[in-house]
Amino acid sequence: MSVLDTGARVNAGEVSAVALANESLQQIDSQEGEIHAFVEIQREQVLRKAQAIDDGVAQGKNMGVLAGVPLALKDNLCQHGEVTSCASNILSGWRPPYDATVVSHIETAGVLIIGKTNMDEFAMGSSTENSAFGPTKNPHDTTKVPGGSSGGSAAAVAASMTPLSLGSDTGGSIRQPAAFCGVVGVKPTYGLVSRYGLVAFASSLDQVGPFAGSVADAAALLEVIAGHDPKDSTSLNAPAPALSSHLDDGVKGMRVGLCNELLEGCAPDMVAAIKRAAEVLSNAGAEIIEISIPELKLGLSAYYLIAPAEASSNLARYDGVRYGVRVDAEDVTAMNTATRTAGFGDEVKRRIMLGTYALSAGYYDAYYGQAQRVRTLIINAFTKAYSSVDLLLGATTPTTAFAIGDKVGDPMSMYQSDICTIPTNLAGHPALSVPFGVGDDKMPIGAQLLGPALSEQQLFQAASVLEHGANS
Amino acid sequence: MSDNTRPLNEDDVRHVAKLARLQLKDEEIIRFTEQLRSVLDHAADVASLDLEGIAPTAHPLELSNVLRADEVTASSDRDEVLRAAPSVADHRFRVPRIVGEAP
Repeated sequence: MSVLDTGARVNAGEVSAVALANESLQQIDSQEGEIHAFVEIQREQVLRKAQAIDDGVAQGKNMGVLAGVPLALKDNLCQHGEVTSCASNILSGWRPPYDATVVSHIETAGVLIIGKTNMDEFAMGSSTENSAFGPTKNPHDTTKVPGGSSGGSAAAVAASMTPLSLGSDTGGSIRQPAAFCGVVGVKPTYGLVSRYGLVAFASSLDQVGPFAGSVADAAALLEVIAGHDPKDSTSLNAPAPALSSHLDDGVKGMRVGLCNELLEGCAPDMVAAIKRAAEVLSNAGAEIIEISIPELKLGLSAYYLIAPAEASSNLARYDGVRYGVRVDAEDVTAMNTATRTAGFGDEVKRRIMLGTYALSAGYYDAYYGQAQRVRTLIINAFTKAYSSVDLLLGATTPTTAFAIGDKVGDPMSMYQSDICTIPTNLAGHPALSVPFGVGDDKMPIGAQLLGPALSEQQLFQAASVLEHGANS
Repeated sequence: MSDNTRPLNEDDVRHVAKLARLQLKDEEIIRFTEQLRSVLDHAADVASLDLEGIAPTAHPLELSNVLRADEVTASSDRDEVLRAAPSVADHRFRVPRIVGEAP
């Protein structure tokens, strides 16, 4: 049953929101010890909200399109009065005095927020091993990582704890864990979803997006969270694309570029799966065109200069003055230093220092300035590609999920796992990952679809075809 | 473009740590130097490109200033905001002594 069906049945009084909340909490109780998808479970609050929905339905009110549907919220999305820590010691116990706009939207739609999910600290990582509160495990094999940084949100959906979750994607942090955990994950067009209340990592790249067990459920959630927000000056003042009503429109006549740079360097089982995905689209009437966009190869280097540069600036706010923890010292500078030294984990420190270096006098032009110019090259290369194809197809990740502990000691090898997802963020375009079979190790594979700005409708149409063709 | 892409050394790491208000142990300086150097080595492909004439992109959207209507709306509750602070005095954020200031 789709989440829209669930919402309709709750509104019709056929299913109780309290029962749905309890079902979700029971699944969490049975799985959480092994998976560790959550940093905080809002047991009492969710039952109270579910009761309010059931009461509203009993009074004949419409309680929203997703009434009673449980959802897991990434711990970098502000929720009024509820702990929002970004899986960092420096924000441990912080309770925001306001809701993120996406939180307001989903609560208006009747969604039940069941808790906050684990993540790499401040969304910096690709495995959720950088959480200050311990790693999340992949529900398909608990010796493997769930991906990151939104690993808890991906695992919660994969382990059937909640049908929906929200994450954030700065360089692949929704799509990569979605691929590793065998669920659908969407990074929307930059500006389509408000960033108000998303704790900032790299502001020109960050975007909030949905995880779901199906393409239809991801579409329903994206429709709820998309739209202009006066509180976010980078919010697009354009109508949000209609998705649910076009899911079955198919791909007939669509030109899909099978992108060489999103396949080369990938494992042979990955390449084989993506070629099968191209066949599925071709059989459904799409025209498959092999395409090469060499500039995409520069994305990884550019990203690991731009994102840390923006992070080093954004994370300057953690100074032990206005929120979060403080480590006392004799004067302000010593207090700032003691607080940040104790509060941040290693990966966050690495990125802050890398960004500070890339922005520092004498190196700005060689690193940050060059990376910004490469960003232009990548945007121009995508624009050229989209003059001959409607969408691009490639792998979401070079391999299936890797083992816990495998890459955590070698940052550069960890960063390489984002190689297929990063270019989209640099361009501000949308992309999604849809499960497409399994690798030689029986772990899930994600097919990635990319498109130009505001092409979500076409992306979801193609994803729907792949979803139905994945087992054919 | 600058030719300042010599290998990062331990003094550079000490310097950026100080700028970023982080204190590192000697063992961390050695480890971080090696790790940051490997990222910057990878970035050499970008640093060495001739991109004369290519405009930098700071942001994916072509946005100009966005202004809202000048209407009074509710602000955050002061006491609730202050409750999140580690130290407060007289409805203000309290901080330790600032070096160099007269008492």
